[in-house]
Amino acid sequence: MKMIRSWALLALLALGLVHGSAQAQMKLTHSERSLYREVLVYEEDGLRCMCFTRQCRIGRQSCLDPRNPDHFALNYTRMMLAGTLFASADPRRVLIIGLGGGSIATALRKLAQGTEVEVVEIDPAVTRVAKRFFDFVDAPPVHVTEMDGRVFVKRAGREGKQYDVILLDAFDHEYIPEHLLTREFLLEVKALLAPQGVLVANTFSSSRLYDHESTTYASVFGSFYNLKRENRVIVARLGGLPTQEELAARAAKYSAALLRFGADTPSLLKMFNTQVDWDVKARVLTDQYSPANLLNR
Amino acid sequence: MSTVAHLPRSLRTLCYVIALWSGFFVMGIELLGGRLLAPNFGSSIYVWGAIISVFMLALSLGYLAGGRWSLHQPSMARLSLLLLAAALTSLPVLPLAGEPLELLAQAIPDPRFGSLAAAGLLFFVPTFFSGMVSPYCVRLLVVDDQTSGRRAGQLFFVSTFGSATGTILTSFYLVLWFEVNSILLSLAAISALLAGVGLLARRR
Repeated sequence: MKMIRSWALLALLALGLVHGSAQAQMKLTHSERSLYREVLVYEEDGLRCMCFTRQCRIGRQSCLDPRNPDHFALNYTRMMLAGTLFASADPRRVLIIGLGGGSIATALRKLAQGTEVEVVEIDPAVTRVAKRFFDFVDAPPVHVTEMDGRVFVKRAGREGKQYDVILLDAFDHEYIPEHLLTREFLLEVKALLAPQGVLVANTFSSSRLYDHESTTYASVFGSFYNLKRENRVIVARLGGLPTQEELAARAAKYSAALLRFGADTPSLLKMFNTQVDWDVKARVLTDQYSPANLLNR
Repeated sequence: MSTVAHLPRSLRTLCYVIALWSGFFVMGIELLGGRLLAPNFGSSIYVWGAIISVFMLALSLGYLAGGRWSLHQPSMARLSLLLLAAALTSLPVLPLAGEPLELLAQAIPDPRFGSLAAAGLLFFVPTFFSGMVSPYCVRLLVVDDQTSGRRAGQLFFVSTFGSATGTILTSFYLVLWFEVNSILLSLAAISALLAGVGLLARRR
């Protein structure tokens, strides 16, 4: 009994220390409530991050280094940018679903001049915060539409719109819009891709969801490149995946420019992997069966 | 109140079971409603606002109608028919959720009124019939003035408890195990089964 109590005391103490130090380092710069969540901006170690939970407990949506604003602070944004630039030949029209801090849209504005970037974001508060704190500019060639991603994709399909690259970045660890992670949705996205069009999706690297998500993407796009770090980025292309040589050739074109964003081209290239490391029998997610949030634990 | 025929104990129990199930049924469908609307209307706060509004409106009008209908020869058989009506009118939800919703989304692009119309089209009628169940049950259960409040309280309890159960089972477990349409069909089948029991019980 005594032992338990002393352990508990120790644990409490440790918790207090960790908590205290986290609070000392993390400064809340801005918060606003939206229809969906609280959008928070924290400053920590010179880094400014957008979070949807207090103390960024469930991950950071987007980060910016105000002294070096081009530098990508999060791995997954580098991976998504690499997927976009290495797998697609000079994209002219890009669609991004889920804005966050807008770092990918901002990078494309700088890197791929003349590329039209359409962004769909459901939460106007996210767009406001991205503009105010993350140097995001909503002006041609970048354009933001406030809409549910699924609704936008359906409408764009009816209007016959086509994109060279589509980036899906609408998930976070706290909540997944389940209607954006089904076979039907991916088929609608696929129908929006121009010939040789590229899909880049920021998804999950752990939990049971990994298997289901993998079989769902595979059922629509066939084989895909799987870039894994804390997140997993899926890169697929219509008409077959680009070879490693093709990727390397395109990467060479951007490697100097990418340095500015803190992205190291050789190490990014090494991440392009087609190895099947999931349970191929996992049930495909559909509009009829999409318990993504329940599987993500 | 003296003219009210006493229901035998077994039928009273059946009344409670029907009210409990009706509560379960309504919330099961309401939660799946979000799934059915999402492909065309998204899952924004407007969509949930529209769904909840339609369910509340349909229930409120159902309560009125159920109380009214209970004035005319109330019976277990008629209560069972209400349950059956809710089950049968929930079936068109399956075909309506496809192409018709797609057309509706095109016709009404505004996310608020589009989803309101869609939720109305799919869910108003079955929820209206479900709303009729509770007041009708009260009529069958109340035997005198003194205990009327207690009976009504017990009835509200089972019905709302059923709703809570339907909510948690559907959102935590059923969607993890089954497809949306299978759950909807099972809900309707269980309603029909209970209605059958109610209709047969009368004949005995």
